[in-house]
Amino acid sequence: MNQIADKYSREIVEILAKYPADRKQSAVMPLLHLVQRDFGFISNHSIKDISEILDMSSTEVASVVGFYTLYQDHPEGKYRFQICTDLPCALREADQFLKDLCKALDIQPGGTTKDGLVTVEQVMCLAACDKAPMFQVQGREGISYYENQTVVSAMEVINNLKEKEKTA
Amino acid sequence: MSKHLLFRHLDTPNLNQIATYKKQGGFAGFKKAVTTLQPAEVIDLVKASGLRGRGGAGFPTGMKWSFLPNNLWPHYVVANADESEPGTFKDRELLESNPFQFLEGLAIASYAVQAHDAYVYLRGEFWQQAEFLDNCIAEMKKSGFLGNKLFGTEYSLNIHTHLGAGAYICGEETALLESIEGKLGQPRLRPPFPAVEGLYSRPTVINNVETLANLPFILENGSSKFREYGTEKSPGVKIFSLSGNVNKPGNYELPLGTTFRELIFTHGGGVPEGRKIKAIMPAGASSSLILANDQALDTPMDYESVPSLGAQLGSASVIIVDDSVSMDWLVNKTVHFFKHESCGKCTPCREGTFWMAHLTEKVLKPNHTKEDVQLLNIVARQIQNKCLCALGEFSIMAVMSAIEKFPEDFAVSNGR
Repeated sequence: MNQIADKYSREIVEILAKYPADRKQSAVMPLLHLVQRDFGFISNHSIKDISEILDMSSTEVASVVGFYTLYQDHPEGKYRFQICTDLPCALREADQFLKDLCKALDIQPGGTTKDGLVTVEQVMCLAACDKAPMFQVQGREGISYYENQTVVSAMEVINNLKEKEKTA
Repeated sequence: MSKHLLFRHLDTPNLNQIATYKKQGGFAGFKKAVTTLQPAEVIDLVKASGLRGRGGAGFPTGMKWSFLPNNLWPHYVVANADESEPGTFKDRELLESNPFQFLEGLAIASYAVQAHDAYVYLRGEFWQQAEFLDNCIAEMKKSGFLGNKLFGTEYSLNIHTHLGAGAYICGEETALLESIEGKLGQPRLRPPFPAVEGLYSRPTVINNVETLANLPFILENGSSKFREYGTEKSPGVKIFSLSGNVNKPGNYELPLGTTFRELIFTHGGGVPEGRKIKAIMPAGASSSLILANDQALDTPMDYESVPSLGAQLGSASVIIVDDSVSMDWLVNKTVHFFKHESCGKCTPCREGTFWMAHLTEKVLKPNHTKEDVQLLNIVARQIQNKCLCALGEFSIMAVMSAIEKFPEDFAVSNGR
């Protein structure tokens, strides 16, 4: 039984239609995005499912997962707060912002809050250099940007997510 | 007429809605190409305009298209929307605020090389922009600007989006192609060049988003009208992404040849707290550092003039560094970026960025020695001209220029 093929039969047809019929491997990144968004990480089981759908070896799919930073091979917090601390953002105090936010959440960079809701990570340039400090949130809804942030505004984003989880 | 060529959304609200874009004369350039011009005539027109690639290399666009052989089919066009250079955030604004002008440009490029499928490769973080672009593409289809037998001719075209997943290297054009093919984003050995063996081993044109967004204007108004902007060798306007220690960071569309001074002071509002500019990086983290003296500030920003300062215009992502910044800290930042983003395929880049990161960490410590700095410079020189692609070469630009131009920042006495 192939869980991914069953769950995403319609999406898989749509994705494969983008590429030449004999180039199914091109669909590996879009399929991995579906799984990453759905489960928050990509398990060995999902890798096997995708490899079957696309006639690839599991190793080939796993190496794609390993290469690209937006695919994670283990679960972390439900929402990943990814703060850019590259040069242009750092010139606008992004390093301090990272430190302060981690302190407010009582975690280290790379760590996850005790309730398992938020992981704070340091990432490379996100093409928002003029609006630093900024971060993106990677979670169930895909990826969204939050720009010109302060610790207060970031904590507000986190509290809203907490509320949402409670009502869900 | 709109004040802007590319950022027309600043003059016309809701330009990212197809009805508004059409009302503003949208798709006239594409229609003109398909219904009145031969593909070769479109290529000639773009050649005559002098348009050069806006992704960083500045290669003449029309000439790039003319390299595709006509005995190998199908042809593909790929738009590079992988914008990931620290300091660059221009394509994102185009995709969000003026997407149809970019898509029309992509359609024009596709017609010019007779491609029937075109791809937009977006960095994985542009998730929302990709969804938005999918909607724009669907609307163009509904309005008869994409699909089969366009404008009653035999020409057909479909555009597809493809999301990356967080890898700077995929902005390198052959790594980008590998990524669309479902592989690791690692650059290919060249030759063969993508124009001959590109996507799925077929002739392929890869153009930056901003480059493509210029095409509707050129098709509609002709090459001489386009040449009224910019300089003789660098015609047209450019979007300058201004960031770092500046009061009003942001994207500014200005004619090529505008001086650094005008960008930074007239548009960017100068430097906060009246501090002095110490250095300028005109091409993002890949840039050599420019010592910000009067001569540099009065230099025109175009493809020919910036090299006289020992740097390149690149994608025109201008990072301003004020005199509170020490260069040992700065190169530690840029080197860590390149170390993280090195794809690992070629040894000089993989090992070299690793060792440079190790050394820049060491140099930051108060007990570092003169030899540590010398070794850093030696490692950088050993990377130089030995890498498979530009990423490795970019990784040493800030390092070597910083040590040369700001030696005092690396002195042993500069301990923190």
